[in-house]
Parts: sequence; C-alpha cells; structure tokens
Amino acid sequence: MISTILIVGGGQAGAQAIDTLRREGFGGRLVLIGDEPELPYQRPPLSKKYLSGEMPADRLVFRHRSFYDEHRIELKLGRQAVRLDAAARQVELADGEKLAYDRLLLCLGAESRRLTCPGAALPGVHYLRALADVAPIQAGFKPQARVVIIGGGYIGLETAATCRKMGCEVTVLEMADRVMNRVVAPSVSQYFAEEHRAHGVTIICDTRVVCLEGRERVEHVVCADGTRHAADLVIVGVGAVATTELARAAGLACDNGIVVDEYCRTSDAAIYAAGDCTNHPSLRFGRRVRLESVDNAFEQAKTAALNLLDKPVAHDRVPWFWSDQFDSKLLIVGLSQDHDRQVLRGDPASRSFSVCYLKGRELLAVEAVNHSKDYMAARKLIAERALMHLDKLADSALGLKEAI
Amino acid sequence: MPKVTFTEPGGGRREINAPLGITLMEAARQHGVQGVVAQCGGACVCATCHVYVHPSWLAKLEPREEMEEGTLENAWEPRDNSRLSCQIQVTAELDGLEVTVPLRQQEG
Repeated sequence: MISTILIVGGGQAGAQAIDTLRREGFGGRLVLIGDEPELPYQRPPLSKKYLSGEMPADRLVFRHRSFYDEHRIELKLGRQAVRLDAAARQVELADGEKLAYDRLLLCLGAESRRLTCPGAALPGVHYLRALADVAPIQAGFKPQARVVIIGGGYIGLETAATCRKMGCEVTVLEMADRVMNRVVAPSVSQYFAEEHRAHGVTIICDTRVVCLEGRERVEHVVCADGTRHAADLVIVGVGAVATTELARAAGLACDNGIVVDEYCRTSDAAIYAAGDCTNHPSLRFGRRVRLESVDNAFEQAKTAALNLLDKPVAHDRVPWFWSDQFDSKLLIVGLSQDHDRQVLRGDPASRSFSVCYLKGRELLAVEAVNHSKDYMAARKLIAERALMHLDKLADSALGLKEAI
Repeated sequence: MPKVTFTEPGGGRREINAPLGITLMEAARQHGVQGVVAQCGGACVCATCHVYVHPSWLAKLEPREEMEEGTLENAWEPRDNSRLSCQIQVTAELDGLEVTVPLRQQEG
C-alpha cells in the first residue's frame, strides 16, 4: 500500500509528476519539496521573455496555488532536502524536519557548470538557471552596458539575443571553432552566428577565457591570446551538470546523473528519478543518455509517476529540443551522434531549412531552422525508424513525409 | 474578464475567466483544463495545446502564422478549425469564446 509519495525537486519534472499522480487516481499524501521559494515554474522564458521583462513572473508558473490546494498537494517550497536515508525511507530537510515516504521521486535537475578561473567569483559574474538569477542580471541592463557572455551554447546565445534587444553591447566568447558546436551542424551554427552578427552581437570563436579581472567587481575578461574584453556584466553559460549529491550520499548508483532504467527506477526499489538529473536508457537509440530538456523532464516524470503507482510503462521517446534567438527558431528532434550522412533540405539564405542526419537510410535526427513542418514530421518518422529516399529527401519542395 | 468555455475530452464543459493579456493556453493551464498539456509552454513547438475553435468564432481570431501552420499539420487529428491555444491572445472581443479540446494531443 502506497500512502505517501515524496517528490524532491519543484521544476518541470516535479510539477508534471504531481499532475500525473493525481490524474491517475493517487489519493494518498503527496508532498513536493523544492529549494526555490516560488511555485513550480517554467524555465525556458528565463533567458528570453522573462529576462527582457515582457513576461511577468505570474505567467511563468505552471499552476496557481489554488490548483495545489484543490489537489491536496503539500508544498514545501524554499526548503532544501539535505539527507536521504534510503534504508529508513526518510528525507531530512535543512531545518531538521524529517519526512517518511513509501515511494520517493527525485527530480533534482541540473546546475550550471561553474567557471573556475581566477576572478570567477567577482561581483558582476552571473549564471542563468533559476528565477532568482534574473533580477541581478536585469539590474545591469543599461543602454550600452558591455555584456560579455562566456559560452556560445543555447543559454549563451539566447541570453545574448535578449541582452542585445535590451540595448546592451554584447560579446560572446566561444572556446570551440563555432557556436553550438556540440548540438548542431556547421550550417546551423553559421546561420545563427550570422543572425547574431546582423543584430550587432560580436561573436568570437576559438578563444579561451583564462581569468576575470576587476577591483570591486568584474571589469575585464582576459583570453589566452592576451585579448582583454571590457565588461560591465559577465554571464557564464558553459553547460550544466546533473544534481546528484543527495542520491550519491544515500548510496544510489550515479554516473553522470542518477542511474535509472527505462521505468525510471533507481538502484533502490522505492526510489525513482526523472528529468535532467537522470542517466537513462534511450530505447530508440540503444544507449544511455543524460538529457537537459523540457520534453525529457515532462515525459520521464509522466513515466515515473505511472510506475510509482505500479502501472508499468517504459520511457520510450524520441527527444526534442528548441531554442529561440532573435526572430529565429531552432528545432531539434532525435539524437544525431551515430549518423554517417547529413542531408541539407532548403537554402539557409531563405531563412528556413533543415539538416537531416541518417545512418544508411534510417532517419536519426533533424535540425530545423524556422521549419516546423519538417520538425514535426521528423518526430513521427524517427520514432517509426523510417527509411528515407535520399534523392527525395534532398528535394525541399517535397514534404519530409513524402521522402520515404 | 472574458469568459471562455472549454469542452474537455471527457465531454465536460468548463467555463473559465481568462485574464486579458495572456494566451488562451495559459488561461487553460492556470485553471487545469483537462487535455491542454502545453508541454513547451507557448513556444509553438509541441502541438499539445491544440483546440478546435467553434466555427462562429474563427473569423474573430488573428489568422495562423506559418510556424503554427507547420506545427498544427502534425497535431492529433487537425481540422480546419484547429488552433494552438498558445497562439491565441485573450482579448475583450473573445468574451464568450467556445473551444473543444481534442480527445488526444500530439505525442512523441
């Protein structure tokens, strides 16, 4: 008999798990523990419309408080879970409160990878992950404020676009030879780099930050080749690492994330995990992955919730991701790593195109720029392991679905 | 505040007060309307906030943009009166709007 379910982590996964548990008829005690004080909210707008001030905080929340009251969810927000005793099935909070559980779901998320070079702790150096990170950045938005962004990934580029819109002078420093090099094809990197440059963002690749300098606060970002970039504000977006400390200290198997199976079960039978914090099998791609995405958090949480209630269902999804930068939308579906062929559909100069990744004729992934049709069609085709007709695929006048 | 009626997948009717200045999807989500999943939160990329708009209201809405067209094409059972509710801004003119939530939303 499951009478108490605890969820640790109030992000996308935690919020979704609550929803599924109640909709599936769980009537017992349901407690959500989150270390942030706000009601569960969506993170994607933090680097975009929330940062620019276009979207107020009350539009970030998934549900109003009345929803939690109505569904009898005990919210313990602004409270940190500091210890997990798996043998005693108990979670301890920082203020000493101890909560017993029958089943535990860990939705711990991920945290920004920190810069470790000299000067990294100077005031004026920011990360962007949580709602509370936004206001200190906004405080630095003054016309012509010099913003240096370290890292040309999703967060770095989305933030660059927003800072530019707010009137700042923006420089992006990227270590690799192109932006978003780990996640997209060269043609897509080039498209977005050009978009940023056309809007007045300076993008510098092949450069390595060695230290940050300043007296009271950061004033310069110094690179290995001796270049010094004057900065009023520095924003660091150099990736994220899974949050696993609670699980690791409790003896759960962790390896670049909390290790779970396709049912979201950890190495302890009463403990499940979902979202950015998990290392999980991708059934479609036949290997273990750790994904940082809204989609994965949402879908794994749904799966975990069903399994928590002893309704066995495997997490078997094709992952997808998106990014908004200026007026362009990048849509990615699938995992491209095992491809042996890339096919370009359309002309980047037309501002709408896609790159298909195949292994033989099997479609593995698609990166679509301002092309929701190809992206949506690809979601189905990749799940079905569709074999593509290569000549038809290269003909962008044909829909993706017509190219099989 | 404009009133909007959602017919939920189970057949139930939910009349909600939709605040001005937000989207129909956000209003539905705040009130926990069944079947409006809104996975992407309004980025027009997931087709899980799909609704059928009562035909008499279609002309009062701003037309679909290209991104919405493309996303809707692969929604679950799209029809001529299909819209993504995240692309509909709540305005005073929409007081009385009626929409139906499909039996399912796009998946995987």
